[in-house]
Amino acid sequence: MSEGKVVLGLVVPAHPHPLLCPEKNPGWARLREAYEQARLIIEESEAEIILIYSTLWISIIGHQFQGLKNPEWVHVDHDFHYLGSMPYKFLIDTNFAENLCNSAKSRGLESRVVSYNGFPIDTGTVVALSLLNPDNRIPAGICSSNMYSNRAETIVLGKSANDAIKRSGKKVAVVVVSSLSNRMFTEPIKPHEDKIHSQKDDEWNRKILQFLDEGRLEDVSQLSREIHQQIRVQKVVSFKPMWWLAGVMGQHNNFSGKVHAYEPVHGAGCAIASLIPISDNVENKEYDEDDVEEYKGDREVLDIPKFEDTVNFSDDEPEINEIKNVEGSLSTTRAPKPVGAYPHARKVGNLLYLSGVGPRQAKSNAIPGGPIRNLEGEPLNYDMRAQTIACIENIKTILEDSGSCLEDVVDVTSFLINMQRDFKDYNEIYADYFGEIKPTRTTLEIRGLPTPIAVEMKVIAKLKD
Amino acid sequence: MELLISPLTRFEEIGAPLMELSTTLRHYHTSYEFFQWVHVPVPTRGSMGGGRIVAGLLAPHPPHLVYAENPPQNEPIAECGWETLRWGYERMRKELENIDYDVIVILSPHWQTYIGTHFLGLKNFKSLSVDPIFPNLFRYHYDLEIDVELAKMIHDEAKSNGLSVKMMENPDFRVDYGTITSCHLTNPAWDKPIVSISSNRSVHYYSVEVMQEMMIQLGEATRNAIWKSGKKAVVISSNSLSHRHFVSESEIPEDMSKEHITNHSQYLWDMKMINMMKSGKTKELVEMMPEFTEQSVAETDGGALTWMLSSLDFPTYPATIHEYGTIIGTGNAIASWNTNDERRKIKGVSHE
Ligand SMILES: [Fe+2]
Repeated sequence: MSEGKVVLGLVVPAHPHPLLCPEKNPGWARLREAYEQARLIIEESEAEIILIYSTLWISIIGHQFQGLKNPEWVHVDHDFHYLGSMPYKFLIDTNFAENLCNSAKSRGLESRVVSYNGFPIDTGTVVALSLLNPDNRIPAGICSSNMYSNRAETIVLGKSANDAIKRSGKKVAVVVVSSLSNRMFTEPIKPHEDKIHSQKDDEWNRKILQFLDEGRLEDVSQLSREIHQQIRVQKVVSFKPMWWLAGVMGQHNNFSGKVHAYEPVHGAGCAIASLIPISDNVENKEYDEDDVEEYKGDREVLDIPKFEDTVNFSDDEPEINEIKNVEGSLSTTRAPKPVGAYPHARKVGNLLYLSGVGPRQAKSNAIPGGPIRNLEGEPLNYDMRAQTIACIENIKTILEDSGSCLEDVVDVTSFLINMQRDFKDYNEIYADYFGEIKPTRTTLEIRGLPTPIAVEMKVIAKLKD
Repeated sequence: MELLISPLTRFEEIGAPLMELSTTLRHYHTSYEFFQWVHVPVPTRGSMGGGRIVAGLLAPHPPHLVYAENPPQNEPIAECGWETLRWGYERMRKELENIDYDVIVILSPHWQTYIGTHFLGLKNFKSLSVDPIFPNLFRYHYDLEIDVELAKMIHDEAKSNGLSVKMMENPDFRVDYGTITSCHLTNPAWDKPIVSISSNRSVHYYSVEVMQEMMIQLGEATRNAIWKSGKKAVVISSNSLSHRHFVSESEIPEDMSKEHITNHSQYLWDMKMINMMKSGKTKELVEMMPEFTEQSVAETDGGALTWMLSSLDFPTYPATIHEYGTIIGTGNAIASWNTNDERRKIKGVSHE
């Protein structure tokens, strides 16, 4: 399977007017026409998935991805309910949703797939998908916009979506659903009275659109903080859609851009623009902030161990094999579940033989110190000391649950996947635990272990009398 | 039938037929350091005027409380959780059992409108409410009745006060989960109609101060409309207090070993607000609201509490605090202002 890629980026507005009543205002009708142009551009791009990021789907507990195959509802907007109902039935690529979620997790983001009948899909997503993909010809992915996430987190979320797109092997059109200036009139207006709320909002909108028309996505992304200050009613902590889009599409200005429409809807600035990746360099980017690859912010307020990484590798692992109750075989739920048909330990006479034990955590499968590679097999910078501590702690647990203890270990065989990089850290932690106990020891370098860990240890211990 | 009238009750809300009260009230103003209540005859329910608010409630709406209770309407099943808060709600329901009322009027921050204040305007709404933040906890099948007549009266009254208002008459509209949760916890039998009022997000367009001004006006309009309706109403502010919450959820949502206030300063703010409720200082509380809302990211930004206290004409008697507890780090108080409360007649409960 060849690598998937982003073939097109779109910026579209969230208001229901172009869908429900384009005939009431010529500007709303032009937005509707531009939506139709955007639909044709998606068709030409041969996109196999449409990925939507709507600023109206606000999440709070991390990031959410729609995972129901056929979400179906009759949606009504909280404000514009009098314009009519929006019945929908969408087609979601559920594998892609899982893929998006796992990719986000492996970049350190709290994420989950939501798969519930009746889960409220936001007005922006309903409008965009209804107009861009009216016959559900292309399956969709939908991701939320976390209320509190700021630049680093949003860019990482975008990059994780790009990871997922690559892994999917598919051509993907990415769609950002958001107004530009979002200040609406707080009083009802007649359709013909519609205009951009203020001249300042209008000027900023035009500036943003000039950049997009020139394919300068990264420049708009870099301006996002300023845009938020200038023309956004601050309902959420920042103006994120361009960060996300740049994160997904690559942080550069190499796009063929086109603005298809720009109109007011109840005072807000609503535009439809497209960005097609090209290879020649338009302009140099000027980073004024750090680029970020992984999110390490304060998203873990519950008492989760510091080094814990929440990547779930369960997909790569065979299901736990039932151990027939062989005499002397012992297993515990407090140690990582075996990845083959073996018990944690086996008694013979007054000796206890342990199977090889790694650092994985019993319940969550998380790897303290982080896994050695991500889901695509690219190497990650793991913490050997944390892995070694977790490994020995697992051994300790198994010993204690089997009637022995660390002090009674008589022989240790250790397997490292990178002796040169890791031996020193491993050896120091080892000495902390076994320095006084002094079991015999053999340390080997091996090419791989069945899970993305860097160390595994096998011990023999005496049983208590 | 009698109406309890506070000396601070405005004449326009009592209405022209009761002008003879002026002597009694003037007597109060000149003779007593502490207020007393006067009993006056009022027209019977259904005729023009004479309605009143019989209780004001602060009824927070975290879906966790419904989830933990396992009512038949909710799909997910919980083992337990947040018992002390749920017991607090039990105590409040017990109090309501002794209060005769016709209708619940509720304002929830989760029906967010940017173009004025909206009111549910059809007799019945029936559907499934799925919480967008906690869909794992709250998927509730509701079937509720709206007092459209009263809703329209509050709408009209607010409109004549210059507020931007709209009736919501789309039958496909999904009622917000805040309204459903607070109503369920307050009246699980759902045997009273409700008036559901949206949260006008003027706070985003202007400031907490502007939001408050509008909500104070809306509270007055609500009180006047209820009086005109001749109905007995319970008004509910559906919101928590401090609202800085965890951004991750524990593996078992009802794992109470993980529950605590997000930070100490939030707790201090919540206690400050609760102490003002307990000592009848609701005007001061409302004055403090902008700072409180900002400092503790409080859900009072939706305006519900200001509106509710205004509808009660800023009670100077103590609220009953039924419970305080945290839910995923937010501070939640369950409180009631019983306008029939005996303590209101006890000499020594100061207006100061
Ligand atoms: Fe809430």
